[in-house]
Amino acid sequence: MTVQGKPGYADLPALFRRMTGDEKHEWAAASTLDVLWVLYDRVLDVSPDRVDDPDRDRFLLSKGHGPMAYYAVLAAKGFLEPSLLDDWTSWGSPLGQHPDRVLVDGAEIGSGSLGHGLPLAVGTALGLRLQGRSARTVVLVGDAELDEGSNHEAIALAGRFGLDSLTTVVVDNESGTHGWPGGVAARFAVEGWQTSTVDGRDHGALHDAFTQAHPGRPLAVVAKVEGER
Amino acid sequence: MRQVFVDTVEEVMRHDPRVAVVLAEISRDAFRPQERVVNVGIREQAMVGVGAGLALAGMRPVVHSYAPFLVERPFEQVKLDFGHQDVGGVLVSIGASYDDPAWGRTHQAPGDVALFDTLPGWTVHVPGHPDEVGPLVRRALAGEDRVYIRLSLRRNASPHPVVEGFTEVRRGARGVVVAVGPVLDTVLAATAGVDVTVLYATTVRPFDAAGLLAAVRGGRANDVLLVEPYLEGTSAHLAAEALADVPHRLRSLGVRRDAELRAYGTAEDHDSAHDLDVPGVAAAVRRMFGPPAAAA
Repeated sequence: MTVQGKPGYADLPALFRRMTGDEKHEWAAASTLDVLWVLYDRVLDVSPDRVDDPDRDRFLLSKGHGPMAYYAVLAAKGFLEPSLLDDWTSWGSPLGQHPDRVLVDGAEIGSGSLGHGLPLAVGTALGLRLQGRSARTVVLVGDAELDEGSNHEAIALAGRFGLDSLTTVVVDNESGTHGWPGGVAARFAVEGWQTSTVDGRDHGALHDAFTQAHPGRPLAVVAKVEGER
Repeated sequence: MRQVFVDTVEEVMRHDPRVAVVLAEISRDAFRPQERVVNVGIREQAMVGVGAGLALAGMRPVVHSYAPFLVERPFEQVKLDFGHQDVGGVLVSIGASYDDPAWGRTHQAPGDVALFDTLPGWTVHVPGHPDEVGPLVRRALAGEDRVYIRLSLRRNASPHPVVEGFTEVRRGARGVVVAVGPVLDTVLAATAGVDVTVLYATTVRPFDAAGLLAAVRGGRANDVLLVEPYLEGTSAHLAAEALADVPHRLRSLGVRRDAELRAYGTAEDHDSAHDLDVPGVAAAVRRMFGPPAAAA
């Protein structure tokens, strides 16, 4: 941790190691790390003192496995006490191998079973719109998670509803067994989403993708990252 | 029952902006179009997920479809998107166990209440008359919890006041018969002249253990017959738990578990096949409680 000031990106490896020990590079290989950091550092209007504010932005981590990057970012941003990382997954710890919204401040959903986050995000975005709130809803899914049919139900719905307060970020490390001919973004584009495919390690490119205008259409950001190293 | 459900929801929606309805084509023409009635098309997984998402955003969702498509197909969504997220919602089904048997097995859901028994925290209502639907729906919409309301084309001739526990419809000494929802009239006919207490339930979860125990203690024999319009023995574990400290006999009637009935016909035909018609229930009553008193 830095001695003074708010924790930054450079502090994430240390937070990571509190969960994983000294395994080399594991923190850097976490496919979601840069996406999560850019969202929490520069995009989402959220903070630990307003986790119940109805007008906060919503971030739904649908790809719930491998949550170390998520916990590290939540700790860096003050949602979690960093010492909680030291005994994660133990009895009595609120931090499991899948996050649980009931146990973790700042976690909008409990996840782990794939294919639930995107339909939940569509309902959340719809509910916020029906109440006249302008908050954004961002959901993170993995490319292999897109295999689940429930996601395709939700992708079609969000497109048809013109849910422009909804963003799906697909962390694409090409881990799906049967793949997506033409690329992941094509699946969203054909349903009326605005899409961007960017380098998932490039913070500037991610920021630009997340903050582009997309009136009347939901936004899909495909963040390409290298596979497991 | 469906029309009362729709009318009640629409009336509550006029003054409660939290209430929104999610449909998957079924009953789409029953609701008047408005922005808080959302038809997702034939997408039952998304229907349940979207309903739970509405709840996450602070709304009170009503999720409605035919029973197999609401409960069985998206069961993991019911389990995780509502239960695990710890948000509330009102799930309302039609079709019941075999309301319209011409459609066959695909449209029959005798296991729905048993499935809810695998999930903590759900209230289950099984109204037996259209007049009971309004109060149940109204109460469900006003709350924050997770509620399943099982509507049916089957009905008793007259309604009973909607109360939280069981209602004593008849008092007797030779034991207790519990009738859930639309089977009450059948039970009353099948127990005519038999000296038993008949309890009626429109709310079956939570199970009124105290009410059952009191009724058993009010008679001379600790014998209980459960008659439910869905899978046989669905409430048997709760009845047994209620009577855990009382030596007792317990029998259950309901939709048979041992075979898939590959037949169409009418709902009445299916009642007969499951021994849920008056002769079938009367036979079970006779075996358990003895013959009716001789007619005067």
